[in-house]
Amino acid sequence: MGIARALPYIARVASIRVKVVTMSGYLFRLFSVACFLLFGAPLAPAAEANDPWPGLVQDIFNNRPMNDGSEVIGIEMPARAEDAAIVPVTLRTKLSPGDGRQVLSITLVIDQNPAPMAAKFQLGPDAKVSEISTRVRVNNYTDVHAVTELSDGKLYMIKTYVKASGGCSAPAAKNADEAKGRLGQMRYRQFAKAGEGPASGIREAQIMIGHPNNSGLQMDQVTHLYVPAFFVNELRLWQDDSLVLTMEGGISISEDPNIRFTYVSNGAKRFRAEAKDTEGHVFQREWKMDDSGT
Amino acid sequence: MAHPAVTLAAIAMLAAATASQAQQQELPVNSVADGVFVYNGQTAQMTRENDGAIANVGFIVGRDAVAVIDTGGSLRVGRQLLAAIRARTNKPIRYVINTHGHPDHVFGNGAFVQDGMIFVGHANLPRALAARGQFYLDAFRRTMGDQLIDEIRIVPPTLLVSGTLNLDLGGRMLVLRAWPAAHSDCDLTVFDEKSGTLFAGDLVFLAHTPVLDGSIRGWLAVIGELGALPAERVVPGHGPVSEWPAALADERRYLETLATDVRGLVARGAPIAAAGTAASAERSRWELFDDYNTRNATAAFSEIEWE
Ligand SMILES: [Zn+2]
Repeated sequence: MGIARALPYIARVASIRVKVVTMSGYLFRLFSVACFLLFGAPLAPAAEANDPWPGLVQDIFNNRPMNDGSEVIGIEMPARAEDAAIVPVTLRTKLSPGDGRQVLSITLVIDQNPAPMAAKFQLGPDAKVSEISTRVRVNNYTDVHAVTELSDGKLYMIKTYVKASGGCSAPAAKNADEAKGRLGQMRYRQFAKAGEGPASGIREAQIMIGHPNNSGLQMDQVTHLYVPAFFVNELRLWQDDSLVLTMEGGISISEDPNIRFTYVSNGAKRFRAEAKDTEGHVFQREWKMDDSGT
Repeated sequence: MAHPAVTLAAIAMLAAATASQAQQQELPVNSVADGVFVYNGQTAQMTRENDGAIANVGFIVGRDAVAVIDTGGSLRVGRQLLAAIRARTNKPIRYVINTHGHPDHVFGNGAFVQDGMIFVGHANLPRALAARGQFYLDAFRRTMGDQLIDEIRIVPPTLLVSGTLNLDLGGRMLVLRAWPAAHSDCDLTVFDEKSGTLFAGDLVFLAHTPVLDGSIRGWLAVIGELGALPAERVVPGHGPVSEWPAALADERRYLETLATDVRGLVARGAPIAAAGTAASAERSRWELFDDYNTRNATAAFSEIEWE
């Protein structure tokens, strides 16, 4: 899972935590003195003129050179985030069948989010994963980058641009109590893939994990302190014992993480999922391949 | 050339005059029943041009005191609401009730902050404001501008409601009720028994496309219960003051259509990115449909897929 490569990400989470602690101290003081929360101090939204991408390339990718990825990978997102908490994103590999190179990983970065590195997907060596869809939070008008590492050892980058949602939409829980109630539930579903007979082995499936994926920006009403971030940080999927996909995730992944993906079946009888969260919970479940219910 | 101090003084006077003019400007309110006043917000997004005055806000005058229900989408609107109250009664304002935490309903709270003022809200409202308040200020700075946003303070409730709570304004009982997640997860209604007027907040939309930010199944269930309240008229969160419970019909039809269509998409295995096609039969019946329907459908999809 590349601990070393995960480090910049951990560092970013750590820096967020520091900010949270500071904010909670500030809020706590105000609360006890004035009984009113005064949030007005402009925590200036990052100026759009300041492009965070060069810094992110340094933090997340160790300043490795970025090659044009337009022939390697595609990214689909709506031009406007309709619901800031649930913005669909689809990543699609574009390598031609004759290309000798393989996709090793795809990293999704939402530049203007509080934790820009949304997810890193590593693709199982034999599963030929060709498409991954998930849902993310989008806090602001932002570039979204997808960076692929191929087996040639190089990084390939593409980007798109998403406008923040309007109205009272926010990248926060709509129904915080319900989200807690679903903690740890897992569902697997297999879809008919249009135009592909079962003989091709191409399958489309989805994993859902009930989890609030808290950003950590919510205040505990008893202590008046911010609750720490609480999210699924690791997900692994197998067909029998062959790895299909892993995801290293952060707080930019929407509540109830949902991964839909296209891969090639090896004829396995079982599909298996394991998720871990930042509080050390481990959620495991397996399904018979023809059992696409709950 | 004038002496700099004189010029400064002149500018200061001018600024003071402009400020007091803005201060005195009243929100145009209508009396919908004896002692019940409502400002009808315009059906639009909050912008610099409309001061964020898009939600319905109002106040109820009892024998002893006044209760304010929602404060509008900017401090400026809140001050204009205060001016409208002061133009009609000298009785003290005792309560400021927020029907939920959306910015068009709470951004004006700061205009009412003073010793002894009681801010009333759903037990979940502080959590919602803590999680979203700063985000809203940042997001609306873009459409409303620094001048309107700089002075806004997020003011959370000091009196929390779970279940029901009665507030007596003197010979006039207001029955407050906190609801499970529906439009949002902190919806609160205010029923004025004396006039039979229900302030429903955003549990009721008319004309303005309903906005889903809580639970579609919860909202449909709440509509069922709301309809049984013995009100004569409703002040919705958005749209005209209307007869009760007929006012619920459009919204119920929209939400049922949305839920049915989304269930169909989920059953067929459509991706969430296709959710926006749901409820398209409703497009011609609502304003701001393209601003909100895809968002509603996306939220509904993420809820219904867990059924
Ligand atoms: Zn609302």
